[in-house]
Amino acid sequence: MAVYPATDITEIKKILEHVVDPEIPVLTIADLGILRKVEWEGEQLLVTITPTYSGCPAMKMIEEEIYSKLKQEGYENVVVKSVLSPAWTTDWLSPEGRNKLEEYGIAPPLHASADKKILLGTNKHVRCPRCKSENTEMKSQFGSTACKALYVCRDCKEPFDYFKCL
Amino acid sequence: MTKQEALFEYLLRIGDNSLIIGHRMGEWCGHGPILEQDIALINIALDHIGQARNWLQLACTVEGKGRTEDDLAYLRDAYDFRNVLLCEQPNGHWGDTLVRGFLFDTFNYEFTKAMTQSSNSDMADIAQKSLKEISYHKNYSCDWMIRLGDGTEESHEKMQHALENLWKYSGELFRMDEVDEMMIQEGIGVDLNEIKKEWDKTVNETLEEATLKRPEDGWMQKGGKKGVHTEYLGYILAEMQFLPRAYPDAKW
Ligand SMILES: [Zn+2]
Repeated sequence: MAVYPATDITEIKKILEHVVDPEIPVLTIADLGILRKVEWEGEQLLVTITPTYSGCPAMKMIEEEIYSKLKQEGYENVVVKSVLSPAWTTDWLSPEGRNKLEEYGIAPPLHASADKKILLGTNKHVRCPRCKSENTEMKSQFGSTACKALYVCRDCKEPFDYFKCL
Repeated sequence: MTKQEALFEYLLRIGDNSLIIGHRMGEWCGHGPILEQDIALINIALDHIGQARNWLQLACTVEGKGRTEDDLAYLRDAYDFRNVLLCEQPNGHWGDTLVRGFLFDTFNYEFTKAMTQSSNSDMADIAQKSLKEISYHKNYSCDWMIRLGDGTEESHEKMQHALENLWKYSGELFRMDEVDEMMIQEGIGVDLNEIKKEWDKTVNETLEEATLKRPEDGWMQKGGKKGVHTEYLGYILAEMQFLPRAYPDAKW
């Protein structure tokens, strides 16, 4: 029986850094916080992920990507498990992930306290990823994918996506 | 009825509500009045279908006969569906769809919130996962009720009319039977009388702000939870199930 050194997990996590969200390809699954755990269970490698939204159509693709990337590196005995609890929140986005989002042209989510305000419809300050103005306006709570809302900047007049709080 | 049978039935009711209203909203794809609202409805539809999948997957596990959520969605006939009649009502015009959504989302929010306290941890997890999504649905529906109710004379009239038409389907949301009783006893399910109080509050507040009149509680239609459906469900299934039934091995 092969012995798997603990450092293996770090290596595997490096491999998984190449798995990105197909809808926002600048974010890895670790940036997004949907990669929950990587562990050995005997000789089997168990990768635990969690969906952003219940109906997120990217989950299946992400799962297949994980299998395929690990297989390329010689890991054949892999199981990807999806768990619902604890429920994913935008607070799990890594700081790098937030920066990458803004560079990519998507305003990163405000922190969880903004969550409640969103639901009450109270104003908040989403920053335009283009000109950095906070003089912005929500056009629709639903955007091009489940995780985004549609905003428009009153200063540079550009529409943009906001990664909304969940 | 054993506890297991009651639980299976209960899960079908929750899952089928999501599946059928999700399918209905999906019918708007490409037909929304403006692009942003087309996208909004489809996003909400996607949430419903995703939630339906989680509930129906759990139903399959509870049933223990090796069926999958796809089997439940695509291979059951109308009398095996357990959604309330409200969810299968046709889209009608934009206002009809919004009123149907409003009556359902306000219920679904309170129901799901209560469900997060279920003694069944799988169900509590699904509820917790769904709740924030449903908050967005509820917020969206209430916003539109106010916008169109307190809008132009024409929009007000259309919303009031839609409300009068759909009101008779709101009663079934809160009807309880032996399945509900068993689930409440087990600490798994939710007392719909309690949900009704919260629902009344939200509905009354929103309608008041929307300058709409709450219809009188008259005769309430029922049957969906027992598998007795309106003719509309058959048409939904014909469209939804055609492909997997005609080409059982079809792959995406
Ligand atoms: Zn700008």
